[in-house]
Amino acid sequence: MKTGPQALEGLRIAEFGGYAAGPHVGKMLANFGATVIHVESRARPDGFRLQYPPYKDGKPGLEGSGCFALFNDSKLDVTLDLKNPGGLELARRLVATCDAVVENMRPGVMARVGLGYDTLKAPNPGLVMLSTCNMGQTGPRADTPGFGSQLTALAGMCHLTGEPDGPPMLLYGPYIDFIASTLGAVALLAALERRRATGKGAYLDVSQYECGLMFLAGPLLDFHANGRVAQRSGNDDPEAVLHGAYPCANGTWIAVSCWSQEEFRRLGDAIAPRPLAEWLAARDASAAAQALQAVGVHAHAVNTMADLFSDPQLAVREQWRRRTHPVIGEHAYCAPAFTLSETPAEITRAAPLLGADNRSVFRDLLGLTAGEYAAYEAAGAFE
Amino acid sequence: MLQGCTVLDATERLGWLAGRLLADLGAEVTKLEAPDADLGGAEWRALNVNKRVVRLDPASADGRERFERLARGADIFFCTPQPGDSPARLLELNPRLVVVAITPFGLTGPKADWLASDLEIMAAGGAMSLAGEPDGMPVRVSAPQAYAWAGAQAAVGALVAIHHRAASGRGQLVDVSAQSAVIVALAHAPAFVDVAGITPTRAGAYMTGRSVTGAKFRVFWRCRDGYLNFILYGGGAGRRTNEQLVDWMRSRAFDLGPLAGIDWGRWDPTIVTQDRVDAIELALERFFATVTKREFLEEAHRREMLGYPVSTVADIASDPHLEARGFWQDLPGPDGRAERHCGAFVVVDGVRSPLVAAEAEAAPIAGRA
Repeated sequence: MKTGPQALEGLRIAEFGGYAAGPHVGKMLANFGATVIHVESRARPDGFRLQYPPYKDGKPGLEGSGCFALFNDSKLDVTLDLKNPGGLELARRLVATCDAVVENMRPGVMARVGLGYDTLKAPNPGLVMLSTCNMGQTGPRADTPGFGSQLTALAGMCHLTGEPDGPPMLLYGPYIDFIASTLGAVALLAALERRRATGKGAYLDVSQYECGLMFLAGPLLDFHANGRVAQRSGNDDPEAVLHGAYPCANGTWIAVSCWSQEEFRRLGDAIAPRPLAEWLAARDASAAAQALQAVGVHAHAVNTMADLFSDPQLAVREQWRRRTHPVIGEHAYCAPAFTLSETPAEITRAAPLLGADNRSVFRDLLGLTAGEYAAYEAAGAFE
Repeated sequence: MLQGCTVLDATERLGWLAGRLLADLGAEVTKLEAPDADLGGAEWRALNVNKRVVRLDPASADGRERFERLARGADIFFCTPQPGDSPARLLELNPRLVVVAITPFGLTGPKADWLASDLEIMAAGGAMSLAGEPDGMPVRVSAPQAYAWAGAQAAVGALVAIHHRAASGRGQLVDVSAQSAVIVALAHAPAFVDVAGITPTRAGAYMTGRSVTGAKFRVFWRCRDGYLNFILYGGGAGRRTNEQLVDWMRSRAFDLGPLAGIDWGRWDPTIVTQDRVDAIELALERFFATVTKREFLEEAHRREMLGYPVSTVADIASDPHLEARGFWQDLPGPDGRAERHCGAFVVVDGVRSPLVAAEAEAAPIAGRA
């Protein structure tokens, strides 16, 4: 699959944890060439493998999860039983060869199993470790267990979604997890830059809650400075002349906004003599958006999930890259949100099966002999 | 961690967060503003804190000369180009520069020149199709999110390119699409189309995509002073949550109804049917109506339950957890009064780096440039 040198080639990262918040950090870096090793165990596989549809043929199973696949492409996958002395030892030896570790366990769990930062950095002083959890590693509620679908409510986004007189709403899934994973990747890359320049490691305490608040920094400052409590307002915007979502033909919807009287006049000229609702109702949203953009009006179809796979813009930018997964078959993986002119991103491989790379990681990367590998295996280290 | 990294930030709102994130990590970020730009808005102040401000007019010879001097000495250049601009040309001026262009749809493709604000980007990225009542209109978040998604991805892209520059000695063009950045926020929703041929849609105050039977689960519940977010989960954490909730209800002598007979260790949300979910949720609805947001936050924490109240910005501002972690930072505002900002977004080696107020005065800073 590889086409040329990648930007992060040579970096090695081990991941402990599961679901979105940790693994999505690794996925972003893996797409630019970092070697990312996703560590699971047979007793406790990544929760995304088992707890979330969609599954191949609708049948829940370890290897058929499209949800797990989406956040773990381009990685290697190993299984280690961290409660087994051999498994723990191999985890430590693996991390000793890594530039960074990403984990999203509850605070204290890594130290409890024997993989705390102090332990891991002793043989590898330049190690960068990123810990991401709901509340951060310190503070009165640090030990709160939590999922992003709910943390998005605590962090204010849900209150701001919906009609003023209706209930708050979700943004589908663990929205805030992806804010924290994106900001976490920024912090991790900055720490790796310092490591490159100075050899110094870093411990990064990422609170998913605090990361989420960066996406509401303006309304929070507005409250602190002016006492204004932001409220959900459907699709209204106080600064726009026109701002909303409207039904179009065939069950499609369009988002349209005008930011000046001049733009609003252009809209009026384009649809004259019909009223906006009637003009839109007679057209498919994509065609209507095309016509409005042609006269300089902000407009775009409300893309459904299916539309994302046929949007011509996303197609040109190769948003989805099809790879063949041993169980799911050929299916789509998500490319990064940006392109690099010299070192393009790549989906280097489909998401891995559980423990698919045990042999190559422990024999080839760590250098275990065949005899050593067999002994660890017999002792249950790879369970 | 980015001490010594020089960032030039010429962005409009679409890109403000990118420079803020790198400034929080120690980069020296210079924000370029037009001589007459109004820098007083809450949004501008929140996302341009920790940068220094240089006012210059790119249309004047003097402005262009100062801009080029800054660009020659910079490591990263963030911009939000308009159709027709060629930001990659700066690589001729400074081949080591990482040029990060942030636009609604990216610099290439049939919609490269399309106009889009937060609303259209949230629509194009698919997020709106997943929010709103099932029979009502799709909605965006009432505070813009697309700009932050784009800015955050721009910061990732900038540092990936900086990493590569250490090996190659050369900068490159990072072309960020805000539409694509929003797709990151959709979690696993696109996978349903791809793997199962199902198009997830908006479900109002409910959540779908959890059970193979298609059952929907209530997410938002009225409580005494607002709403709570509580979801029936499976797995270890879900089991503990459900058991603790029943225990909490029992301690209040609350009627358990159908909850009394459930073995949560065997209860599985991935195969449960809608009528079973509905019966359970009816009992929960009556209980949640009796608790307050803060009471739920504290009791859920004490019992290690999943679930959170639906906070307003006022609730967030008074959360003792954020106070204890030193999240907020007070800095002088434009009128000299202290104003409270979100602090640096990450704690590094136990320390949250302090922010520096954006300098609004042009003259002394221009001299430094």
